[in-house]
Amino acid sequence: MKNSSRKLLSRLLLAGLFATLLAGGAYAGELEDKGFEIAARSDRSDRGFTDSVVDMKMILRNAHGQETTRTLALKTLEIPDEDVGDKSLIVFYTPADIYGTALLSYAKILDPDDQWLYLPALKRVKRISSVNKSGPFVGSEFAFEDFTSLELNKFTYKYIGEEVCGDFTCDVVERFPRYENSGYTKQIAWIDQTVFQLRKVDFYDRKGALLKTLKLEDYREYDGGYWRAQTLRMENHLTGKSTDLIYSDYAFKTGLQDNDFQKGVLRRVR
Amino acid sequence: MGSKFENKILTYTSWILRFRWLVLLATIVAVLGAASGMRHLEFSTNYRVFFSDENPELTAFEDFQKIYTKNDNIIFVVQPKDGKVFSPKVTEAIEKITAKAWTIPYALRVDSITNFQYSWADGDDLTVEDLIRDGANMSQAELDRRQAIALAEPLLLNNLISPDAGTTGVNVTLQMPQVDIREVPEAVAVARQIATEIRSEYPDLKIAISGLSMLNNAFAEAGEKDIVTLVPIMYGVLLIFMIIMLRSFGATFATLLVIGFSSVAAMGLAGFSGVKLTPISVTAPTIILTLAIADSIHILVTMLNLMRDGHDKIFAIKESVRINFLPVSITSLTTIVGFLALNFSDSPPFWHLGNITAAGIAVAWALSLAFLPAILSLLPIHAKARTESKYTMQKFLGRFADFVLIKRRSILIIMGAASVALISMVPTLELNDEWVKYFDERIEFRTDTEFAIANLNGPYVVEYSMEANEAGGISNPEYLENLETFTGWLRAQPEVAHVFSYTDIIKRLNKNLHGDDEDFYRIPDDRQMAAQYLLLYELSLPYGLDLNDRINIDKSATRVTATLLNLSTAKVRTFLDRSEAYVADNLPAYMIGKPTGATVMFSYISQRNIEGMLKGNVFAVILIAGIMIFALRSFAIGAMSIIPNAVPILIAFGVWALLVGQIGMAASTVAATSLGIVVDDTVHFLTKYLRGIREKGLSRPDAIRYAFETVGQAIILTTIILTFGFAVLATSTFLINSQMGLLTALTIVIALIVDFLLLPAILMIGYEKETKGVTNEKLITQTA
Repeated sequence: MKNSSRKLLSRLLLAGLFATLLAGGAYAGELEDKGFEIAARSDRSDRGFTDSVVDMKMILRNAHGQETTRTLALKTLEIPDEDVGDKSLIVFYTPADIYGTALLSYAKILDPDDQWLYLPALKRVKRISSVNKSGPFVGSEFAFEDFTSLELNKFTYKYIGEEVCGDFTCDVVERFPRYENSGYTKQIAWIDQTVFQLRKVDFYDRKGALLKTLKLEDYREYDGGYWRAQTLRMENHLTGKSTDLIYSDYAFKTGLQDNDFQKGVLRRVR
Repeated sequence: MGSKFENKILTYTSWILRFRWLVLLATIVAVLGAASGMRHLEFSTNYRVFFSDENPELTAFEDFQKIYTKNDNIIFVVQPKDGKVFSPKVTEAIEKITAKAWTIPYALRVDSITNFQYSWADGDDLTVEDLIRDGANMSQAELDRRQAIALAEPLLLNNLISPDAGTTGVNVTLQMPQVDIREVPEAVAVARQIATEIRSEYPDLKIAISGLSMLNNAFAEAGEKDIVTLVPIMYGVLLIFMIIMLRSFGATFATLLVIGFSSVAAMGLAGFSGVKLTPISVTAPTIILTLAIADSIHILVTMLNLMRDGHDKIFAIKESVRINFLPVSITSLTTIVGFLALNFSDSPPFWHLGNITAAGIAVAWALSLAFLPAILSLLPIHAKARTESKYTMQKFLGRFADFVLIKRRSILIIMGAASVALISMVPTLELNDEWVKYFDERIEFRTDTEFAIANLNGPYVVEYSMEANEAGGISNPEYLENLETFTGWLRAQPEVAHVFSYTDIIKRLNKNLHGDDEDFYRIPDDRQMAAQYLLLYELSLPYGLDLNDRINIDKSATRVTATLLNLSTAKVRTFLDRSEAYVADNLPAYMIGKPTGATVMFSYISQRNIEGMLKGNVFAVILIAGIMIFALRSFAIGAMSIIPNAVPILIAFGVWALLVGQIGMAASTVAATSLGIVVDDTVHFLTKYLRGIREKGLSRPDAIRYAFETVGQAIILTTIILTFGFAVLATSTFLINSQMGLLTALTIVIALIVDFLLLPAILMIGYEKETKGVTNEKLITQTA
């Protein structure tokens, strides 16, 4: 979903898309247009953050109430070209067994992302080739795509109405994955009308049943007007498992360059 | 008790007859009120209802499921006619089933040979992909290559692909919220729809559907089938008997109303109490019908006999109620006690059966003593003058009594020896609860599952949670080596058809990450390495094919799944014992590795029920003996009556052991319920015997002859009705019911033999000694 980081790329994209859409009238229906506009406006609010660095704590819970924690760092590079996704680099710190393992991803719009993983124990970088990476990220309830950059045109949209969400009024938008191997058939997103941030997402599985709910909480506005949720809570309704993502302070415009996101750097990043 | 009590009964009956319209109205209102609860009745669709919340095997399994996932499954077993799964056409069909299976409600994951996540290496590129994608456009050579991969993959072979590559499975894991019993039928309906669609598109495919969700569904289907077959059969059987015995339309009609009312009222009360029906509890209306009829029959037979002797109807009714009030009350009470004892079972469906039946018998008792006299007084009932037949029967029974009295020593010896011989067979009974065989061939689940077992894989799955000693410990090479040892041991067991173990995944990854070098198809040497391989693999898996159901969240335990061959539960138990012993002797204690799952639960269900029912039987025996002592007003005879009541059940088990050899969880429950039923014969016989001695001053032999002549016929009649009634249960689609029905019928027949042969012989023990002295006998009986 489109929380903080994943919206990196999206904003660019959406700008481009929005333009095309306006020009070409690509969307026939009024509700579809409105849905897209709302998503695009949210995406736009994040445009130009350039790069970000944040530490994350991932707390996994099973139906038994047992908990376990993983810590990792996420670096994101905004790519201005809307036909290309953002680049991201994840480094794992704990559990100790995977300390220093680093995952480099180049997000794609309608193709599988390019991914490389550095395995310190093997001292090698492995390229991961798979058409579908929508499985749980390191055993959590998040898929990789659920917490990394949101690409505006990975979806088609439809506006369904507005609703009170916490202290805000939210626009409610359905979005449909365009990638054929997505694990989801539909998502419903709640985007507030005040600062245009994503507040909640319902994920529907392949049989159209509600599978997971994501809640984005503790939004903070950083310098430059960038909003980031500090807490993401994902609950799986089918299994009763849940995962919380707790973010530390974000740093923006830290001077990261494209060559900081090459597979050659992976073995040095920790 | 005598006259004072019986005068009260007369007053009571007069009152009933005076206000008969009111009684009728009140009965109908009350019965309709109770019966309205039937709208709440629904069939349970979960095999877990067979286990109480305290069942240790269930609680262990629930804990297991909280750590991994709570899951049931549906498996499509697909067999092409030409026996070749890896063809463009068949793989296309499997891909379609795999895709459609995702639309089954509550589907959590779908596993098939096409979406199996096959990993391979090309230098430092690791590819994780579907084993077959777009099989329709693959060359046969390419498909043959995939077939070789599948057959070499321990996770697939004997699990989703048969060794001859002739049968394959698509397994759907379901996570039922278990809040609504319609969840299972809903999922099953979609699965069947998918099978129907695929069959019509690919007529050369045989598709069977099995799995635990199908089992759950089969419980409801079997129960529904039973209720529409057993109940009409039972009404038919009883109707025939009543017509023959009563030879009166009015009396038959009145009895039908009593038994029908009793059974619907009891089911309605069950509805109000909120119990979910099971194939076991749904036999309650059938059992109520057969037990309820006894009360009415006793009252009617007496009444009709009096009318045949020339008395008018009203007098006959009053007199019959007076004579029968106590015996009917006592026999109802003992039967109720027997059924209530089912509450000691470990299995809730038996509680429900016991309570519903007990309620039905209570209703039948009340109706027989209030509604029946009232309606009989209104119906036109004619009794022909007595024919000779009754007397012939009495004469025959008198001669039979003489025979017994003369031959009593031989009878005692022969019956005693036969009883001992048969009872000694009881320990050879083997407890078997193969739940596939709970259902007969009329239920699709049985035939489909047997097809699955014969061609691919069965539903008898045993799960182990193998614990590491710390978070992340599953990557510890020592843990993995132990897990590998255990996996190897399991695979070497003759009972085991397939083992799913994480070691197969980690070995494959080790190979992949060393450029597919076969030398590295082994446990990684290094903990960090294993952990990082796992991370890599997890990052590559698609939605629904992850390892979250096999590895716990802090990576401190993995799940090993062993699928067993089609075995009796006794063999399953020896396997389970052996596996526990192996784990205890060969693996570190922290790995625990205790077997769990539905198969384990059912393997011990009979023992659990027997443990519970031992207490239940003690409860029933003590209470029933107490009732007998009270009813007979003799401690010695009341206590002695336990022998003719308990012996038939033990003999019945012995006969069963000889003829059948195996019994399921029905076994434990038959003792208590049949005790409550067979005791009726003894009540009637001993009441008359004592009446002969006490009131008529008869000697023991004369009292025995008197008992035979007065009550012998009624005992034979009720025995016939009850035997046929319980034999009707043998037509159930559900094995537990047919076993329960046949065993109870057998017990009832044996009880008749014991009551007619052994009981008089026992009553005569010591008679000569006494008569040789003074006529002690007479003195004793006269003062009594």
